[in-house]
Amino acid sequence: MATVVMTSLDSKSRAASRGLSDIKIRNLFIIPTILFLIVFNIFPLIYSLGYSFTDFRASTNAPAAFVGLQNYRELLNDPFIWANFAITAKYVIVSVTGQVVVGFGTAMLLNREIPFKGLITTLLLLPMMLSMAVVGLFWKLLYDPSFGIINYALGLGSFEWLANPDMALYAVAITDIWMWSPFVMLLSLAGLSAVPRHLYEAAAIDRAGPFYTFFHITLPLVAPILMIAVIFRTMEAFKTFDLAYILTSQPTTEVISIRLYKMAFQEWQTGRSCALAYIVLIMVLAITNIYVKYLNRVKER
Amino acid sequence: MAAVQTRSERALNRLAIAAVLVITLLFLAPIYWITSTAFKPRNLATTIPPTVIFEPEISPFVKLFTKRSQLRAAPEPEDYAVAPWWERLVFDGGEKVVRSGRGEVQLSGYPNRFMNSLIVAITSTVLAVSMGTFTAYGFSRFKMKGEADLLFFILSTRMLPPVVVAIPMFLMYRAVGLNDTHWGLIILYTAFNLSFSVWLMKGFIDEIPKEYEEAALVDGYTRLQAFFKIVLPEAATGIAATAVFCFITAWNEYAFALIMTNRRAQTAPPFIPSQVGSGLPDWTVIAAGTFLFLLPVAIFTFLLRNHLLRGMSFGAIRK
Repeated sequence: MATVVMTSLDSKSRAASRGLSDIKIRNLFIIPTILFLIVFNIFPLIYSLGYSFTDFRASTNAPAAFVGLQNYRELLNDPFIWANFAITAKYVIVSVTGQVVVGFGTAMLLNREIPFKGLITTLLLLPMMLSMAVVGLFWKLLYDPSFGIINYALGLGSFEWLANPDMALYAVAITDIWMWSPFVMLLSLAGLSAVPRHLYEAAAIDRAGPFYTFFHITLPLVAPILMIAVIFRTMEAFKTFDLAYILTSQPTTEVISIRLYKMAFQEWQTGRSCALAYIVLIMVLAITNIYVKYLNRVKER
Repeated sequence: MAAVQTRSERALNRLAIAAVLVITLLFLAPIYWITSTAFKPRNLATTIPPTVIFEPEISPFVKLFTKRSQLRAAPEPEDYAVAPWWERLVFDGGEKVVRSGRGEVQLSGYPNRFMNSLIVAITSTVLAVSMGTFTAYGFSRFKMKGEADLLFFILSTRMLPPVVVAIPMFLMYRAVGLNDTHWGLIILYTAFNLSFSVWLMKGFIDEIPKEYEEAALVDGYTRLQAFFKIVLPEAATGIAATAVFCFITAWNEYAFALIMTNRRAQTAPPFIPSQVGSGLPDWTVIAAGTFLFLLPVAIFTFLLRNHLLRGMSFGAIRK
């Protein structure tokens, strides 16, 4: 474990000699958490790495046989799995773009003196505080083709949202946008309020147009925090399970998490699903890394 | 922005305010709709055009909590009267029977699932926030090598898709008999929330000046006493905000609950959707279940709105 660099406080004060030493307290406070996370996060992953090289099926008592890289080979050559990834990518792009447009747009509108601004911001928090499973359920009611309020409000007659394979993924994305645009809005608002006023004043003196002001002052300064919002939302959208699973069961909305769930807990191909989990894991790590690198570049400017 | 607004700027401002109001109403409409459906008589729930004005009823809630069936020659449910009330609510899976005149009125599955949700969410929140606070203090006040890496490791445990972790956890739990138990879910949610709790609490504790503890140490407090008597009270609002975030995450979690529980310890998120089934669901009852489930979160959000806003931007900016 790491060594301690004593702060001036620790070495000089008489308290260091009383009671537990600072090193002991630090270890007492930190080590249980680290151990807990290793046991319940890292150990399971190692466990499943082992299974990913076997043909293990949790539904039978048959012992697991080592099959080497066969699971990985088969998965990477399976066009259906790639279709699941393509659906996931499409879903992530549609929903994150939607959230950035709606969230950032709302933040731009809110970034002025508005009566009840605090109340409005609080009310807009509500969708993102709810359970995705329960949200999915009540949007099912809203989307209903014969008595749903969405079709009534938009005058769409008996338009099928969830039963239509071409529409279902967008319907899920719309619900996700409803839930999470407020998150992007909140972060954008924090970013917008941090832009120094005098920059706008200077731009006004120079008679800069609104477009120039937006693209040369507002956007570059809000970019880092907006980027953070995009990272968060991308990671979450990539993991989507509940919303899509509950709203609809179309093949066109089978994102990778749903495929993984079905493979593991309905088809009971445990070994194979562990391998798929690892492929997903590597993808998540890769995406995060790209983002973090990009974020650092944006910050440096 | 100039202090004196031109007429066109004022008009633009008014337009923006109107747009914000419209957006807010649009965002709240789905929540209003599910809430109003929860108080509708069944025949008004699915009318076109939608019924907006109606006399509110509590019958959806009565139906939510009970399950009626014809009197059958079932064995006497003797233990119902014997079991203490908390066992009746929590551990019996809703199968015990209350006798009433012509038929049987059973407690439906909902109260149990709701209680399970409460037990699991509260316990895991307490664990995650207390462990998180200690750990955050450790990171905040004592320097050590590799601190950034350790903190990143803690955060990284939250990046994984739940389904990925669920497969090995399911196998482990099955091996040690934690499947479909409250503790199984509590441990999972604690592990899940811990990383978040550490990061958020570190943000709050970093803001408490070290001088407060230094003064206490000079006064003869030990480090532990200084932590409990000086730092903890200062961090109270941060603890509250973190607790609400952890509670909301645990309260709303679906994937693990779906996979790890089926009857005894199942929480409400997988239970409510399973009631839709096929055929014609009674949407008023489902709306009532949903409404009750949303209520705690809505109340928390409102009570702690300022801390939540702060906590949220904190977490995001620091990560």
